[in-house]
Amino acid sequence: MTPEKNKNLDQMFTAIQEKAARHADSITEDPAPKIYIGMATCGLASGALETKKAFEEALSLRNIQARILQVGCMGHCYGEPLVTVHNPGFPPILYHQVTPGKATMLVKSFLEEGDPLFEYLLGAMEENDLIPQVWDFARFSQEKRVVTEICGFINPEEILDYIAMGGYSSLAETLRLEPHDIINQVKNSGLRGRGGAGFPTGKKWELAKDARGQEKTVILNADEGDPGAYMDRTILESNPHQVLEGIAICAYAVGARKAILYVRSEYPLAVKVVTRAIEQAKELGLLGKGILGTSFDLDISVFQGSGAFVCGEETALIQSIEGQRGMPQLRPPYPVQKGLWGNPTVINNVKTFASVPPILKHGEFWYRQIGTEGSTGTAIFSVVGDILHAGLVEIPMGVPLRTLIFDICGGIPNKRTFKAVQVGGPSGGCLPADFLDTPIDFDSLTEAGAMMGSGGMVVMDEDTCMVDVARYFLDFTQKESCGKCTFCRIGTRHLLNLLERITKGEGREGDLELLEDLSQDIRDGSLCGLGKTAPNPVLTSLKYFRDEYVAHVKEKRCPAGVCRALTAYYIDLEKCARGCDACVGSCPVEAIFTTKNRKKGIDQTLCVKCGECVTACPAEYDAVRKVSPPERAPIVERPADISD
Amino acid sequence: MSETTKTTNEEILAEEKAMLEDIAARLSGFARERANLVPLLQMIQERHGYLPPDAINMVAEYLEIASCEVYGVATFYNQFRFTPPGKHQIKICLGTACHVKGGDIILENFERKLEIREGEITPDREFGIDRVACVGCCALAPVATVDESVQGHMAPSKVEGIILGFQIEKEREAREKQKDDAGEK
Repeated sequence: MTPEKNKNLDQMFTAIQEKAARHADSITEDPAPKIYIGMATCGLASGALETKKAFEEALSLRNIQARILQVGCMGHCYGEPLVTVHNPGFPPILYHQVTPGKATMLVKSFLEEGDPLFEYLLGAMEENDLIPQVWDFARFSQEKRVVTEICGFINPEEILDYIAMGGYSSLAETLRLEPHDIINQVKNSGLRGRGGAGFPTGKKWELAKDARGQEKTVILNADEGDPGAYMDRTILESNPHQVLEGIAICAYAVGARKAILYVRSEYPLAVKVVTRAIEQAKELGLLGKGILGTSFDLDISVFQGSGAFVCGEETALIQSIEGQRGMPQLRPPYPVQKGLWGNPTVINNVKTFASVPPILKHGEFWYRQIGTEGSTGTAIFSVVGDILHAGLVEIPMGVPLRTLIFDICGGIPNKRTFKAVQVGGPSGGCLPADFLDTPIDFDSLTEAGAMMGSGGMVVMDEDTCMVDVARYFLDFTQKESCGKCTFCRIGTRHLLNLLERITKGEGREGDLELLEDLSQDIRDGSLCGLGKTAPNPVLTSLKYFRDEYVAHVKEKRCPAGVCRALTAYYIDLEKCARGCDACVGSCPVEAIFTTKNRKKGIDQTLCVKCGECVTACPAEYDAVRKVSPPERAPIVERPADISD
Repeated sequence: MSETTKTTNEEILAEEKAMLEDIAARLSGFARERANLVPLLQMIQERHGYLPPDAINMVAEYLEIASCEVYGVATFYNQFRFTPPGKHQIKICLGTACHVKGGDIILENFERKLEIREGEITPDREFGIDRVACVGCCALAPVATVDESVQGHMAPSKVEGIILGFQIEKEREAREKQKDDAGEK
């Protein structure tokens, strides 16, 4: 590129940066208190809208001038709705679980009377003498945020917020360089695709750059179909511009003039935020025609995925954009050679694209220092299930599972013990406590029998039945199998039938061996990743929790007391309090009756085993018991008729 | 046929006619390309809540492909439904976290309370139940979405509360309407 062009580019980008700086200053210099409310999907689900309304009402009632600012999600889902209040004279303070009631109190006590309400705060966001900092807590300090660095700190619908934090400077820098320089930097950083398989990103881009073809396309794969993973959605909702910047850099590097964002239609907020972000970037000349005054054009559009898990597979995704059924195709040719409409196509995950701007900004060696030799950088997990501090966590690769689960996420709640962790969603595996010291990186997880996958991590305590979990995943993959390969289509159905039989207590001799054989066959006889990995949950749970399967098949017993056909509830008459009716009202099917001596009994023919009576029974009595097999429950006769 | 059902039938027919006219008017906004098949179906579903058979034929004709092709694509994806949804659509999340926390018990409670199965709607078209794979609010499991609002930490007792809430709301509306009618007279 000529120096003349570069001058033009520099001028344009400096002007944009100055505009962003003025915008940022207008907020920081405003003397009014600022209230930042996290309003991504999980915040909204926890009632962030009601909280916002309560703040507005309380402010106007007390006639206080304050700015309410909408931000994205920090990933601390356990604490939603999260609110940061920056009252001049105090450090910015983070409050968790801010209900409308707490919002009203904060306005009154903190903004009006200067009492920061210590009982509700999580911590301060800056160093100070008064309040402990959030950065001292493991949930904050042990994270390493690269992709989600500013998620939850900026307004996702305001591009200037992102630029003021240094955004789009990597793109501006990129346009001064030659495409192969960028590809080399990405290659040297060791970045591997974050969609699950871990293919080296730089290599993929190089292949696409060298491929022959006129209309090269870059596709963002945000078809996050794994039940239990939602980091892609959060990133798109909280910081869409970092993803867009990564896509533009990729397009420039491989010579594409067209980009498509494939976003699940189940994520309406993400679609809305991303569409708005594209418009804003186009207005500033950061996307669209003649980006930053150069000759580089990028036409960028959003395609809404219609909800098929298999479309996360790249060839199926392409089929779906072309208006076909989303069925995977035989590879090679790979999409980088022959992809959308037969042209070279680069498909990368949200996290992969979002990793690119920081890599170019801080340099490839900085990125290499994070993580391990074979898996550089960070990994984002959505840690959910039986875990204290559930949410999104970004950690350097190589951190052991134990650190993530027990130190960062606070371990298992309710004094239960850890039983297993399911890593990688329906394609991944269940790992028992023996594997807690496994480092989290692409290769170690695969070796242990799980996989990185999309980054879904479900922690399970002792009350989880592994056979039931395997059945659950099979139920999912069986429904989502596209039907192209016989082994995947029919094999998963049989596998599911077998597991259903076992969880109902109808398992037979030889079922476990059949499960193993069939799993092997499905793995060998399937074309795409869905079929190849569908048996993983069965195989790993069979390997590590075989005794549970045996208990189901031989003794017709569910050790965890989950499989409903194999369990029963009963009321311990020794403990049940005379005259207490707590459980009766809680029962949705009126299965609980009063015995002759005014204690309670459960009618086993009516009971649906929902467990509500256990919750309802006052702790001082603790009279409801659960047993497996159901025959162990003592039979209590319902009195013929008690006249009231 | 009684007088009342006749009018309802006419109402339904009028409703369908209006729907098809709306779809016909919007078709021309899309280029006649196969790539527009899914966006077209999404547009219809978004505006009307489902894909009526006549609409599928219209799309097929417009794109000059067989209607079985359109069905083939539409049935492949989970997003599309072929029967009208209920006025209040209840979606029970059965993602991994929700399953571990007992999402199926919540589903069963809704089914029992409304006396329909998942995928069906109540005879008065007030409620419908669907199961969804994951709404991405795993930290709040088990989750159900009722119309557009996400309800976290569901429990069987909450199920009753939600349905009761709608019933009270409906009765209140009916009373107010009655009052208005009386007032007008």
